[in-house]
Amino acid sequence: MYYIIQVDNGEDDFMTIQQLERKAQEIRLTIVKMVGPGKAGHFGGSCSIADVVAALYFHKMRHDPKNPKWPERDRLIFSKGHAAIAQYAALGICGYFPEKELWNLKELGSILQGHPDMNKTPGIEANTGSLGQGLSISCGIAAGLKLDKSSARVYCIVGDGELAEGQIWEAAMAASYYKLDNLLAILDHNKLQATGPIADRFDTRPIREKWEAFGWHTVEIDGHNMKEIVETLDSIEKVKGKPSIIIAHTVKGKGIPFAENNAAFHNGAMTQEQFETACGILSEQGVM
Amino acid sequence: MKMQNQRTAYGKTLVELGRENERIVVLDADLSKSTMTCLFEQEFPDRYFEMGIAEADMISFAAGLSLTDRIAFVNSFAVFSTGRPYDQIRQGVAIGKLNVKIIGSSAGLSDFGDGATHQSVEDVAIMRAIPNMTVLVPCDAIETVKAVRAAVEYNGPVYIRICRNDVPDIFPEDEEFVIGKPYVLRDGSDITIFAMGRMVCEALAAADRLGEQGISTRVVNVSTLKPVDDNSIIKLAEGMKGVITVEEHSIIGGLASVVTYALRGKGIPVETIGINDEFGQSANTYDALLKHYGLTADNIVERAKAL
Repeated sequence: MYYIIQVDNGEDDFMTIQQLERKAQEIRLTIVKMVGPGKAGHFGGSCSIADVVAALYFHKMRHDPKNPKWPERDRLIFSKGHAAIAQYAALGICGYFPEKELWNLKELGSILQGHPDMNKTPGIEANTGSLGQGLSISCGIAAGLKLDKSSARVYCIVGDGELAEGQIWEAAMAASYYKLDNLLAILDHNKLQATGPIADRFDTRPIREKWEAFGWHTVEIDGHNMKEIVETLDSIEKVKGKPSIIIAHTVKGKGIPFAENNAAFHNGAMTQEQFETACGILSEQGVM
Repeated sequence: MKMQNQRTAYGKTLVELGRENERIVVLDADLSKSTMTCLFEQEFPDRYFEMGIAEADMISFAAGLSLTDRIAFVNSFAVFSTGRPYDQIRQGVAIGKLNVKIIGSSAGLSDFGDGATHQSVEDVAIMRAIPNMTVLVPCDAIETVKAVRAAVEYNGPVYIRICRNDVPDIFPEDEEFVIGKPYVLRDGSDITIFAMGRMVCEALAAADRLGEQGISTRVVNVSTLKPVDDNSIIKLAEGMKGVITVEEHSIIGGLASVVTYALRGKGIPVETIGINDEFGQSANTYDALLKHYGLTADNIVERAKAL
């Protein structure tokens, strides 16, 4: 049972932490299967955020797969659009589109593009992928929802390499100036960018201090500890008068041993053997 | 001829639209007293967003507002509302066909004193090159009002180019503005002048003088630079000795490109008047710049006689 508000019957049902952990593994297994062997895919940064995505879609967010444009829905925008495979996986599992669509990722004519396309994929809210823009778009949505006096919330996934984009900080100022307390950014702090560790390539740290200086409520968590993720998501919406950011410490490629902390799998291809290994490990870990 | 300011007409129209439609929101990047969105801000402070001097964020923020079923007007000088946030327009607005209206104020050479950095000679080219974008260049205050209203009626991204300085009233008050339609302002039988924006009044003055010299001149106001139906251009050029395009814009990617492309293979001689692939510069008056770059009625007459 998913935590999805059905507009019709209004029945809510919470998943247990263990169930949410299984959902995260199901998302990871789906990511691996979507990319498949021998084909490049951004699964490093998709797997690092999988736990947060599971907590959002199956615990926190109010949404309705049968009515993707429901005005009162909470929104999730991937500013790090390349990791949208994690979102596609969750949307597919929720039933936003037929499961078979998952296996056409990036194929000609597919509803699942290499980067998010709101007009092609049910459940995708905006066109992102050119880094640094999704947070600004999320701010605009949050401001619009405030004008509508809506209680819907906006969640935005940001990458740590992406923090080098100047527009992130323009958005950080705007969110703070407009007191967008219906906006929650989640930083996938996996410490690796495409060409290597951010510490060696282009260091975007210190991170917490920057966001605090820009006027954001800032919390650091273990982005793979489901209990901590859920408790933080639940408590942080009580913060009023300012936007919030969760700095989620994560591991790039989490859950797939050969891909963990391996920048080669930012957008890498698995061999057939690696593919089978990954499927085996993730399946064993109790996908429902 | 009565002179009016397109910026003022635009600002007042926004206020009227704001009264008619509560889904209209306006964003500006610290130029509201110049773009005249200050009028909207005064009346609708809750629907006006001052974005600071951050044009990239402004465009993407507007995209977000449009995703809550709003019509977002984004404002700055043309050079800062097109070139600087090009990627934000392309990625966040145009691919998704969002209902964002981008205003290029103080366009062309009309910000005469500020020089090359603040003048836009390539804004129409940039915007025309983006799929899904509609590009409008009204020739005066009357057409500006109509074009802005048409942009609201149209669901999707639109770029509107606006001159900084007063321009004479040309567009008929009772004429309906239709996106995509070229307007014949004066008919003739020897040559056709296709003109854009501020150059339309120069084209009309040139037609007067050419008439005195026995050259019957048709003047067409091309205020939609995209989408353009090639046949509408061909019809207005066929049977003529030749045509001239006149624009306060680079000859690359603007009106010259529209007309020469439409007339390809037709065997009709085409002359192009515009800014020849160079940047603008400072001058003490707008007229001095127009004269320097050869954008006057005199220049048009000279080229027409050579056809």
